[in-house]
Amino acid sequence: MDKFQKFSGIVVAIDRPNIDTDAIIPKQYLKSIKRSGFGVNLFDDWRYLDPGEPGKSNSERRVNPDFLLNKSRFKHAQILLARENFACGSSREHAVWALMDFGFKVVIAPSFADIFYNNSFKNGLLPVVLAANLIDQLFEDFERQQDYQLRVDLENQLVTNRAGIQMPFEIDEFRKYCLLNGFDDIGLTMQHADQIKAFEQKYFAQYPWLQ
Amino acid sequence: MSAQTLYDKIWAAHEVRSDENGLTLLYIDRHLVHEVTSPQAFEGLELAGRALWRKESILAVADHNIPTINLENGITDAVSRLQVETLDQNCDKYGLVVFKMGDERQGIVHIIGPEQGATLPGMTVVCGDSHTSTHGAFGALAFGIGTSEVEHVMATQCLIQNKSKNMRITIDGPVAVSITAKDIVLRIIAEIGTAGGTGHTIEFAGEAITNLSMEGRMTLCNMTIEAGARAGLVACDQTTIDYIEGRPFAPTGENWKLAVSYWQTLHTDKNAVFDREVHIDGALIEPQITWGTSPEMVVSVNDNIPDPAAESDEIKSGGMRNALAYMGLEANVPINEVMLDKIFIGSCTNSRIEDLRAAAQIAKGRKVADNIKLAMVVPGSRLVKRQAESEGLDQIFIDAGFEWREPGCSMCLAMNDDRLEPGERCASTSNRNFEGRQGQGGRTHLVSPAMAAAAAVTGHFVDVRKLVR
Ligand code: SF4
Repeated sequence: MDKFQKFSGIVVAIDRPNIDTDAIIPKQYLKSIKRSGFGVNLFDDWRYLDPGEPGKSNSERRVNPDFLLNKSRFKHAQILLARENFACGSSREHAVWALMDFGFKVVIAPSFADIFYNNSFKNGLLPVVLAANLIDQLFEDFERQQDYQLRVDLENQLVTNRAGIQMPFEIDEFRKYCLLNGFDDIGLTMQHADQIKAFEQKYFAQYPWLQ
Repeated sequence: MSAQTLYDKIWAAHEVRSDENGLTLLYIDRHLVHEVTSPQAFEGLELAGRALWRKESILAVADHNIPTINLENGITDAVSRLQVETLDQNCDKYGLVVFKMGDERQGIVHIIGPEQGATLPGMTVVCGDSHTSTHGAFGALAFGIGTSEVEHVMATQCLIQNKSKNMRITIDGPVAVSITAKDIVLRIIAEIGTAGGTGHTIEFAGEAITNLSMEGRMTLCNMTIEAGARAGLVACDQTTIDYIEGRPFAPTGENWKLAVSYWQTLHTDKNAVFDREVHIDGALIEPQITWGTSPEMVVSVNDNIPDPAAESDEIKSGGMRNALAYMGLEANVPINEVMLDKIFIGSCTNSRIEDLRAAAQIAKGRKVADNIKLAMVVPGSRLVKRQAESEGLDQIFIDAGFEWREPGCSMCLAMNDDRLEPGERCASTSNRNFEGRQGQGGRTHLVSPAMAAAAAVTGHFVDVRKLVR
């Protein structure tokens, strides 16, 4: 996993609450046994006007000219601004893979579904929770400004706009540490292997039917 | 020790270590695996040269891509087939228990775990699938995880977790006759919203809950995720113990006695404090139907489709307008007048024997209405199918004009060939009515099995209580 570094990026906003993971990446693409290649099908039902299938070339499909992600100025968007309960529904990590494959590094929303929130960190995607009134403000700014950008600084837990207004966010220390260092948490857990073994000994003595 | 909730107790029993920020390494007892969310995890393990920590904890099955007709032809879609074959190969390579396509025990992962006795009270159960919450019906802490976490459990038998908050939802008093677990859970989601349980583990309590069979409790816990909570719990009682006894993976002999005496301690202490308590009056719950594209968009069967103009919250009313447009519905129309195209009885929410019995009771001696293009019944597992056949339920469905299919996820998410065409409207016993969930452009209304059967024989939504004999 790459280290998460501070950056300024283009923002694109999707103004809908409860965007579910079926919308982020529809099921037919989950048939893949790989982690990559999902970006072209991110928000597939909204991005294209005709149905898609794995293996079918997306260049043959009609794109929805009204959907923001299809506009050339958002081709390199790195920050997704969304509404509450973002990525609810299925546990598919493909949702995170698709967002990252498109180029997103950060999603900003007033709230996230728990499983997606967890999955994000495992892949280096940063979910930022900001208060609903701040999110309203960001949506307004996005509407008013062409080429709307934000700066995200994980180390100092700040989102900053061009006017220099800083919006602090909360994040769990361990997750921040893993993101900043690009650490794989399986490796970190393996460092406690002896403790896990010791736990198992005690545990199976107490609950022998689970062995 | 201070009073603990059921969740607190299970959590404490599985804590391997905790750091100063409260981050816990949580031990995992049971790991259910299916073909869609595991290939990248097996691959990751391999690339890192890591071993499986405890292969006995894994029970694997292919379900999402399995066809429900003409099984003798195998899986015709090459991409689906590769995914299923990859699961089989990975399991064979590591020597895991796997129920392959065609196995008598094959079925939807959340049906077969309990059916085999692989889900036990007090366990931690995980699966790369959000409806793992189903297993909470046994008083097990069960939740869905992503593929990276699947790999993490495979390699370490643990997960790094923050403890969630405690929430209790009590259904006060009994529910009326003909009101099912599905109606209860849809009502709960309507009340607290799809984000209502975010960050919480929900314990369900009250007379209406303890009166539920294990099948009903599984339906209830299954949809906890639709209320935003990763895990739902119902405390273990005699109903639970009776269900488990004698199942293939259940403990026996001395171990059975030890287990039962431990399970009997698995309930919330009397003075335990919950971070949030919700009460719902059981007597007020009616048959429920979703009208929109989120499981919180629910009405009672004799109500009208709601009007966005009456909603003061702008984001909400916008969401309602989007949903009405997608669903091809108009506000203020009685939901009973909505005509249907397809009926789906199945999914890990409602495809157990009790669900099929309830649907068959309504279908018996009636015919699927002319406007219904397809009404299908997809049992949750082959064992459920066999049981239903031994009771003659298959014949009741077939006589009424339903298709009687092979087990699998089927049209719940339409990864196989079973799907809605654009614009088609379906009464479905599954759990998600998201846009495109059952096929691109498809329109899903979530209901109980009896309500789906009633819709099948009348062609539109109808209060099932009018059809009960
Ligand atoms: S039946 Fe539906 S919800 Fe359940 S595991 Fe299968 S696809 Fe998921």
